[in-house]
Amino acid sequence: MIALLRRDLSLAVRAGGGFGLGVAFFLILCALVPFGVGPETSALQPIAAGILWLGALLACLLSLDRIFALDHEDGSLDLLATSPLPLEGAVAVKAVAHWITTGLPLIVAAPLFGILLHLPGAAIPSLLVSLLLGTPALSMLGAFGAAVTVGLRRGGLLLSLLVLPLYIPTLIFGTEMIRRGQDGGDTATPLLFLAGITAGVLALVPFAAAAALRVNLR
Amino acid sequence: MSIWEYANPVKFMRTSGAVLPWVVAGAAVCTVTGLAWGFLTPEDYRQGSTVKIVFLHVPAAMMAINVWVMMLVASLIWLIRRHHVSALAAKAAAPVGAVMTVIGLVTGAVWGQPMWGTWWEWDPRLTSFLILLLFYLGYIALWSAVEDPDSAADLTSVLCLVGSVFALLSRYAVLFWNQGLHQGASLSVQSGERMSAVYRYPLYLTMLGFGLLFLSLLLVRTRTEIRRRRLAALQAREMRA
Amino acid sequence: MTLLAVHDLAVARGGLRTVEGVSFTLAAGQALILRGPNGIGKTTLLRTVAGLQPPIAGRIDMPEDTVAYAAHADGLKGALTVAENLRFWSRVFGGGDLAPALAAMDLVALADRPAAALSAGQKRRLGLARLLVARRPLWVLDEPTVSLDAASVARFADMVRAHLAAGGAALIATHIDLGLEARVLDLTPFKAKAVRAARPAGFNEAFA
Repeated sequence: MIALLRRDLSLAVRAGGGFGLGVAFFLILCALVPFGVGPETSALQPIAAGILWLGALLACLLSLDRIFALDHEDGSLDLLATSPLPLEGAVAVKAVAHWITTGLPLIVAAPLFGILLHLPGAAIPSLLVSLLLGTPALSMLGAFGAAVTVGLRRGGLLLSLLVLPLYIPTLIFGTEMIRRGQDGGDTATPLLFLAGITAGVLALVPFAAAAALRVNLR
Repeated sequence: MSIWEYANPVKFMRTSGAVLPWVVAGAAVCTVTGLAWGFLTPEDYRQGSTVKIVFLHVPAAMMAINVWVMMLVASLIWLIRRHHVSALAAKAAAPVGAVMTVIGLVTGAVWGQPMWGTWWEWDPRLTSFLILLLFYLGYIALWSAVEDPDSAADLTSVLCLVGSVFALLSRYAVLFWNQGLHQGASLSVQSGERMSAVYRYPLYLTMLGFGLLFLSLLLVRTRTEIRRRRLAALQAREMRA
Repeated sequence: MTLLAVHDLAVARGGLRTVEGVSFTLAAGQALILRGPNGIGKTTLLRTVAGLQPPIAGRIDMPEDTVAYAAHADGLKGALTVAENLRFWSRVFGGGDLAPALAAMDLVALADRPAAALSAGQKRRLGLARLLVARRPLWVLDEPTVSLDAASVARFADMVRAHLAAGGAALIATHIDLGLEARVLDLTPFKAKAVRAARPAGFNEAFA
């Protein structure tokens, strides 16, 4: 499993791996928003939390189809399925690799982009914690969506249609947590919900994703 | 004699063909009578004549949820017992459920406009139904995207399982996110009488009618799916011969 | 010792039965060559034996973690070097040393080259070298010699021979003569027959 993680990470950082594209997309999104809604703090501040979470979500979505599609094309997925690694484990590892290469950079960049959107400093800790707790669920659910659509033509669009509704609870609790942090409210409730969803997703979704992969391999 | 015998396609075709006319007739009688009766009810002192949309709104919303539950059960049966009729029934039910959801949303908007002064309100119930619609659309899109019928049945079943959990989760997340202005459940066993009998009995009738309507659409569509599968098998054999 | 026993196997591709009633056994030290026209279902049969898809009917008996599967796609990453690709599969399969595998397929000189820079034949050789690091007793090979030159085919045949001598077995679908001491199984007689009578089966026949 460590070998698979290391391979996926080194593939992502080498040429053509697409590492950093997610952050660039995130930056562009945050730079475009003021053109849409106006540059005033009064316009930006109330929506900053939502934009940051939506940006993270879309940036994550952008790279989902790579989780399994490339391995499917070059036959690695067949070989992984016949290897001693349980497929559930392989799915979880690939989701972790996706999180490290897309989720983690987004979390690091989010406070900077928060400044662009006039997010008050008081909200930064809850922004970081909410992303840290929420984005692993995004990667794992994305891996499920990628597993379901792996062999399909026009899989990319379908992937978004399948995965985005699954992101709703995470998005709701994530933005709610930032909003409460911003107003100095109680962040414990959304934090616990967010952590609970992520824990449940990490524990159960690998099985669903592996089942979908097995169907798509045959 | 076990209930699983009806999962045999031949047996299903024979039985469903026999009961279908009765179900259709029952659906027509109940829906038409219920709606006509509902139309003739007196106007509500507070909501005026707009209250009458309840006879479309509530049964459609109820079926929107029930159809998803039926799809979940059918998907589980397919995953566990591999009965093809079950998978095809889930496939056949999805568009009906999606249309029921749309009817629920549209009638809700038409009702909400005079009541709340807006066509759309991000109220928890409306939002939950919108999310349910998204799940229906994803499910239908996945069925149409996968070519191999058995793979499609497997994948959509897994999606239905995961989707059910997240639809439920979203329902509560949305409650947390926005306490709305939707009135509480119109019919509820625990909380006693909310609605006067004048409205209640025609509403029961339309609910029964919508249930039968769904059943008849489900039977017709499942029969079509089975015929389509047989046609594909016959064509494949033709090609091979 | 019997490594693989296939009983009355039927497989399907795209919902259509391809071959049916296939039975054979494979003991340690034996190789079996599958023959048959295109579309008969060689690849499907091999994928079924490898456990990638379930059989429609029949039974496959073998110990767990027996199969090393190699097909048309070699599972290589262009961005990684030859040695890195091989090391990855060696780790995943808990397997053997790279050096003998690289030597067996004449890849030592190419070890540090990115796999993207390899020719088709060289990629194939790397894909076959993977079998040695997988250290599985039963090799299931689907057209292993595609894009190999004559010298490489000979090397590959030597590799299979050594594997058999060491107590392994191989199930190979190929059209060329590898010069192996191997039985040949022609799948043509096992081609699935069309369903006989249409009437009695009725609507059931649509569901394999």
